[in-house]
Amino acid sequence: MTRSGCGIGKGLLEAGLIALALLFLFPFYLTLVNGMKPYDEMARSLLAFPRAPELKNFAAVWEKLNYPRSFLNSLSVTAASVAGILLASAACAYQLVRRPGRISSAIFYSILASMIIPFQTVMVPLVVVAKELGLVDTLHGVILIYCGFSLPMAVFLYHGFIKAIPRELEEAAHIDGSGTFGTFFRIVFPLLKPVTASVAVINALGIWNDFMVPLLMIRSESLRTIPLASSIFYGVYKSDWNLAMAALTLGMLPVVVFFLFMQRFIVQGIVAGAVKT
Amino acid sequence: MNGTKMKRALTYLAFVSPAAALFAVFIVLPFVRAFLYSFQDWDGIGREMAWVGPANYLRAFEETAFRASVWFTARFVAVTAVLLNVLGLLLALAVNVKLKTGHFARTAFFLPTVIVPVLVGYLWGFIIVQLLPDIGEWTGIRILQKNWLSLPDYAFISIAAVFVWQHVGYYMVIYLAALQGVPRDLLEAAAMDGAGRWGTFRSVVIPLIRPAVTVCTFLAVAAGFKSFDLNYSLTQGGPFGTTESLTLQIYKDAFQRNLFSYASAKAILFFAALSAVTLIQVAYMKRKEVQL
Repeated sequence: MTRSGCGIGKGLLEAGLIALALLFLFPFYLTLVNGMKPYDEMARSLLAFPRAPELKNFAAVWEKLNYPRSFLNSLSVTAASVAGILLASAACAYQLVRRPGRISSAIFYSILASMIIPFQTVMVPLVVVAKELGLVDTLHGVILIYCGFSLPMAVFLYHGFIKAIPRELEEAAHIDGSGTFGTFFRIVFPLLKPVTASVAVINALGIWNDFMVPLLMIRSESLRTIPLASSIFYGVYKSDWNLAMAALTLGMLPVVVFFLFMQRFIVQGIVAGAVKT
Repeated sequence: MNGTKMKRALTYLAFVSPAAALFAVFIVLPFVRAFLYSFQDWDGIGREMAWVGPANYLRAFEETAFRASVWFTARFVAVTAVLLNVLGLLLALAVNVKLKTGHFARTAFFLPTVIVPVLVGYLWGFIIVQLLPDIGEWTGIRILQKNWLSLPDYAFISIAAVFVWQHVGYYMVIYLAALQGVPRDLLEAAAMDGAGRWGTFRSVVIPLIRPAVTVCTFLAVAAGFKSFDLNYSLTQGGPFGTTESLTLQIYKDAFQRNLFSYASAKAILFFAALSAVTLIQVAYMKRKEVQL
């Protein structure tokens, strides 16, 4: 192909991609601008930019949705779950690798096999178990469930990574008088950073966005997470489209901000997870 | 048992037991119970519980709503798995070309992936119900003037399209990583041997990214099977239950109609179908990888 032909092809591809990308972003534009219009202006034109953008809808939603409360609920559930997943699975994988034997293999392979069980298969009895343990309608109940269900993948990823770490480092630490706990926290855990980053980012996104567990577990208004609170709000204010759009914007905002800062890590995490499976 | 041995055992226990306990309580125990419930008759609240053998399963096979849900899920998985892989790969090929706006395009395609799925359903519900009819009126296109979510076929198209819009960026990212792993010298060698673009793509690129195809197909099939949030928020399973995915039906049976044991039988069938399909798919596609 001649150079100019290639240039035209590239130009076309570029124009096509930009058009497609804008089309992909269009729903976000629509949500944002309609959240900033009064109801009658919105009814007249959905597409136009607001004549006098206002934040009235956002203020109303902020209050009716109890946004700060649900934001904090989402944040604490996500942070605590991710911390729990990282600690429990790294510690477990560490000993499973360093103390091989029949028990370790049995535990590892049962955890591995359980990855095939979909959450939806166990959700019905899970609610019964949660009820028996007094976990229904509590945030720590939600956190524990996330920890349980995100463990297998994390244990699997850590297990593979720890196997590749040479033992000599730990032995040196032992000779210097460090116990197993000290060795783990000071020597091993820092070495696991690449896996830790992937597991943390992927689980943070998945847990922040999850709707099903709060739907099953949470009854009190004060314990709702953002997806649950927005969903209930949407059901009530369905015909007030401008309020609904403001609520959607507020609901999506934190994760978009997170994404813009963490894009590289999110993509790395997805690729790392996909390659291993 | 002497002191050091005891200490070693306790250390092991301290490291392994938190994970093992969470695993046992929240995965193994409910899974065993789902299996047991499926042979019982229980409403999830009362104390009465009776063993009924395979009655729940037989009832499910007879139920029209269950068959409709199986049919929806099967079609949904097939359509979205093909579209996510084909379009994901096409997008990856496009953004893999060095372009000035490549980064912007990549970000735009990927952004929907990270958005709360249940909100994506409401957002698109708004577009489909409010904006499409407007566009239909401006352009005079009849079919756009109707409410798509009230017509079974169009509701299916809507939900599949929104699902693909949200997730295609995820597959693009995995394919992009695979494409970037194809060695340059192999592509150059193919070009020198006179292979055209299509020839190079088919005989060099595709075989080399086969592992990514296997993984992406697996992920797409599993994600389609488990589809819940969109069905809940975009169509609520309607019109007439035509977009009620298996997971949404299990949820409704258990928590809205108090059919705990019946829902558990469906949940076990769901598990059996999902694991059978994905195991066969992975085994089949892995064998193709090895043949190279």
